[in-house]
Amino acid sequence: MFRNQYDTDVTTWSPTGRLFQVEYSMEAVKQGSAAIGLRSKTHVVLACVNKANSELSSHQKKIFKVDDHIGVAIAGLTADGRVLSRYMRSEAINHSFTYESPLPVGRLVVQLADKAQVCTQRSWKRPYGVGLLVGGLDESGAHLYYNCPSGNYFEYQAFAIGSRSQAAKTYLERRFENFTNSSREDLIKDALIATRETLQGEKLKSSICTVSVVGVGEPFHILDQETVQQLIDTFELVTEEEPPAPEPAPEPAAADEGGAEQGAGAEQGAAPDEGVAPMDI
Amino acid sequence: MESNQSNLHNSLLASEADSQRTLYPYVTGTSVVAIKYKDGILMASDMGGSYGSTLRYKSVERIKPVGKHSLLGASGEISDFQEILRYLDELILYDNMWDDGNSLGPKEVHSYLTRVMYNRRNKFNPLWNSLILGGVKNGHKYLGMVSMIGVNFEDDHVATGFGNHLARPILRDEWHENLSFEDGVKLLEKCMRVLLYRDRSAINKLQIAKITEEGVTVSQPYSLKTFWGFSAFQNPTVGAEGSW
Repeated sequence: MFRNQYDTDVTTWSPTGRLFQVEYSMEAVKQGSAAIGLRSKTHVVLACVNKANSELSSHQKKIFKVDDHIGVAIAGLTADGRVLSRYMRSEAINHSFTYESPLPVGRLVVQLADKAQVCTQRSWKRPYGVGLLVGGLDESGAHLYYNCPSGNYFEYQAFAIGSRSQAAKTYLERRFENFTNSSREDLIKDALIATRETLQGEKLKSSICTVSVVGVGEPFHILDQETVQQLIDTFELVTEEEPPAPEPAPEPAAADEGGAEQGAGAEQGAAPDEGVAPMDI
Repeated sequence: MESNQSNLHNSLLASEADSQRTLYPYVTGTSVVAIKYKDGILMASDMGGSYGSTLRYKSVERIKPVGKHSLLGASGEISDFQEILRYLDELILYDNMWDDGNSLGPKEVHSYLTRVMYNRRNKFNPLWNSLILGGVKNGHKYLGMVSMIGVNFEDDHVATGFGNHLARPILRDEWHENLSFEDGVKLLEKCMRVLLYRDRSAINKLQIAKITEEGVTVSQPYSLKTFWGFSAFQNPTVGAEGSW
């Protein structure tokens, strides 16, 4: 009757040392439409792909403002994502009430990760089925974190989650070394290109993506659709002229590092064997 | 029926007796005075602890460092100040335990104290203190006050209790942004001397504390030179009709 003896309960180990329910929840993140984040010294850009559930419905919101200095992009179960962003908002506002100063991003992420971890260790709970890219600005600069249903979290220079995010990751891995000193505009441009990578040939339009920015002197906000369309229009002009020259050049040099990065990334963020179903079917 | 009622009455009385609040302070400290100066904050207070009007204790430290960036001075109920210090020790400990490079600055500590004080007054169980919070973090000087009911503000120079009446007029006349350390100490000593002359709870044993970007130093206790031979001290009530 059961295909897998060890996956009926979150807290049950398999003899090979795995928690299948937790791995399934990480699988839910991969099923969701892509979300992308990248940061420079001063700015963080979060972007996502909006997929409508049916021809007749609108898409769901995937980027949330947590506070003036923190925003989050999600992939996976949107409902779980909303619950977690509400939690983050409440933590942020309580901190600013007590201390009249913004909550450090890293601390919020630790609290969030602890909350997710508890769900992997209680028999009457289930893990959250959502991955969160948390971007924010604090005393120590701009930060980008990825928060996984397993309760793990990692800080990144740039990262992508969700369906076909590997394509975006490949793009980001090729370019991330330049991001630290990127301007706000270049960051948005790279975010849009990375987003386009996940579309597999579908044309990038402002109607199917959302872009948000937070940075020095710029509270977290979601760019409105017209602005995004303008940016897409300008950069698509550029891509037709520009990429053949500069892009292939850094590729061979970066290929090794990219490969290494990718391996590490897979080990940390996603299931160990990406592409292969984590269970025996 | 009647016994029931009296039982009820007793239990009400008992529960009232169970929760005792601070209705008035017992051992109190008098004024604290603090100023911003060129490199940070200077704070002065004497070391007296009065039991009513008896000068009961003579070595009470009423200025304490809080974390790396803040300095707290208190007047009012000494035991309540000690409780506040326990709260702050825990706050700073938990802040350090994050071990992530972030730390609470004077602004954050001041805001936290404001919440604690106002919360306790809302429980009709106030912490009977006036607090002064000063500090420096990331090149920003910070100086503020909180009262026992949660009233709070920032200023370039502040004082609690009698200091509000006797020290601040002097500070308003003589304080300026670029006071050197030496001039700042001189100015505070001038204030403390006036307080010593005119505040009966003040004693001639005080500490001055300094906080800058480099850190906190609280001086050893010392006393001020005084001269009681001024003619105004001979008969202070002359011309003050109705006094005795």
